[in-house]
Amino acid sequence: MAAAGPALTSAVTPWWRNRRLIPWLVQAAFGLALLVLVAFLVSNLVRNLTNAGLLLSWRWLGNPAGFDISETLLPFDAGLPYWRALLAGLVNTLRVVLAGLVGATLLGTFVGVAAFSSNGLLRRLARVYVELIRNIPLLLQLVFWYFVVFLALPGGRDALQLPGLVLAKSGLYLGWFSDPLHLVWMGPHLEGTVWHAPLRITVEFGALLTGLVVYTAAFIAEVVRGGVASVSNGQWEAARSLGFTPLQTLRRIVLPQALRVIIPGLNSQYISLAKNSSLAVACGYTDLYSVAETTLNQTGRAVEVVLLLLGSYLVIDLLISALMNGVNRLVQIRER
Amino acid sequence: MQTWLPRLRRELFATPLDGLISLLLIGVLSALGAAFVHWMLFQAQWAVIQANSTLFALGRYPIEQQWRLWLLTALLTAATGLSWGLLRGRRWPANDRIAAGLVVALALLAPLLLALQPLIQLRWWLLTALLLLSRWAAGHWGAGLPPLLRRGWPLIWPLLYLAGLLLISGGLGLAPVPPSDWGGLLLTLLEASFAILLCFPMGVLLALGRRSHLPLLRWGSVVYIEFIRGAPLITLLFLGQNILGFLLPGGLAPDRVWRAAWVLTFFAAAYVAEAVRSGLAALPAGQLEAARALGLAMPQALIHVVLPQALRVALPATVGQFITLLQDTTLLSLIGLLDLLGTARTVMANPEFLGKNAEVYLVLAVLFWCCCAALGLGSRALEHRLNPNRSLTTTPQA
Repeated sequence: MAAAGPALTSAVTPWWRNRRLIPWLVQAAFGLALLVLVAFLVSNLVRNLTNAGLLLSWRWLGNPAGFDISETLLPFDAGLPYWRALLAGLVNTLRVVLAGLVGATLLGTFVGVAAFSSNGLLRRLARVYVELIRNIPLLLQLVFWYFVVFLALPGGRDALQLPGLVLAKSGLYLGWFSDPLHLVWMGPHLEGTVWHAPLRITVEFGALLTGLVVYTAAFIAEVVRGGVASVSNGQWEAARSLGFTPLQTLRRIVLPQALRVIIPGLNSQYISLAKNSSLAVACGYTDLYSVAETTLNQTGRAVEVVLLLLGSYLVIDLLISALMNGVNRLVQIRER
Repeated sequence: MQTWLPRLRRELFATPLDGLISLLLIGVLSALGAAFVHWMLFQAQWAVIQANSTLFALGRYPIEQQWRLWLLTALLTAATGLSWGLLRGRRWPANDRIAAGLVVALALLAPLLLALQPLIQLRWWLLTALLLLSRWAAGHWGAGLPPLLRRGWPLIWPLLYLAGLLLISGGLGLAPVPPSDWGGLLLTLLEASFAILLCFPMGVLLALGRRSHLPLLRWGSVVYIEFIRGAPLITLLFLGQNILGFLLPGGLAPDRVWRAAWVLTFFAAAYVAEAVRSGLAALPAGQLEAARALGLAMPQALIHVVLPQALRVALPATVGQFITLLQDTTLLSLIGLLDLLGTARTVMANPEFLGKNAEVYLVLAVLFWCCCAALGLGSRALEHRLNPNRSLTTTPQA
């Protein structure tokens, strides 16, 4: 972008060929257009909101919500204010996102590594899994898990029973220590036709979690596969000639090198999992978006609700990014 | 006999552990497969698809206006066949024969499975014949056409798209059909194609803006891209449905269907911009500098030197975004539009078809899978064609 000497340029070339002036003119035109657009939109917004009597205000957050949330970690009832409802929704979102991150990472890593198995069937199955899941919309998968799988589970005595785990129409029941100090185990048990257990997961949460994990794992598997493939074959061969077993090679030689490629890819998959959790409403789980939708329907406060929603998801994304950048710093090569 | 047995042994039973895994997998897979086939043949009730096939395809599009959609399909089919023929000439390589076979098989099987009325069935067969005939005709006589016509032929596609919009929505003497009556596959494809067509130029501009030396352009693009990528699509659709009306002067806000289409476009543009940016980043800076040194103005250098190379590198990622966009159209059902999934939900709310979730969702999944996989295949073929390092001595396999 080297221009001729400034004195020469301004003396000889007309202004519309001036290399110094043109960028500023372009930016000024762009800035002006942007300013006019924003002013137009904001003035419309203010006028329309004033007409509707909905000028920006946050006082309604203190009014009683008047609706119930079917499952919450934070105690909540209809008499509590809107901000408590939104907070409960946010906690529900965080809950499914955290569980989803762990599950998708485990399943995704397994499938990604299975693509390098010496077993041809396992290798092809991993490929089929990725191609199958990635080409079907997540929302379709979520409603499939909820309506076709989880809601079709038998209830009562016919429920699927595994040691320490019962899958019934009314939820997933897990055994746990009823008295952790003395290690008293309590499995799921039937009282009448109702199951009881120390830990219960609703089918809504179960379906959402399964859908998110299965979907995200396919993408994580691709990230892991790409990372492992980025480690040159010579590394495997060298490790083998040093007497490492395949599993040792993977753990000690390949993964530490592959992680440098994998972590940035994981970061974007984690963020999309967090954003995808907003589809919870499709399987009846009350996450932040679902609560916000109800809130909007009741109060009509569209602008405030959307701002809150966008802000919350942005903060979640930034948190995940910050966390993964920290992890990334740990696995990068330290140059001496 | 001599070759596959050792191969099977090497692939599945190389070590005792491998053998164990293989046996386990074979057992589980065959049990699942048998249960699935049994369900498909004996338990599933496909009447829900057969009875509602028009609804799934078109939504509540008025019956007396449906000839317009048939006409559009015929035009698209003819244009596809002609383009195909012009591309390949008289040759029928293996891929073309496979594609033709698939089309014929689909035309023979689909009416049978869907239990279509004889009249509709006949139309499908005519469309198939039209496709193959125009392919053959364009291949046979295409070389004799004047070069101007051959070079300008791709322009038929944007024209056809506009004609299609006119045919679907009405106007110019045709009875108008409001967007609220469009539904099913029609709405899904319309929204996806609209967003794909518009988000691409927007994404390219945003990517160029993000790499610009001008701070205002750069920061404007960065803020836009990161804002969109930080938000879930559903919240943006929600914003489009609930706030767009406040942002525009009264009465100017578009219909709900078009609002969703614009939100999808603006959303996808940010992701396409990132895909294109990766292509731009892969290009050595010397390309732009050399073009500028040869005296090309910035826009010329970008259009003739930088973009053709960068877009080729960005092609797989860009098509990946288009595939995601096609899948994202299902979210329209959450804001109350009757796309494929939304139509499916209304069908299953009908007491007559209550509880037929598995059948409906399975069919939708197969449909989406085929569309997305076809887009992916097309992208790979295009990538191969555009590869400048492709050896010219071997016959192209794309």
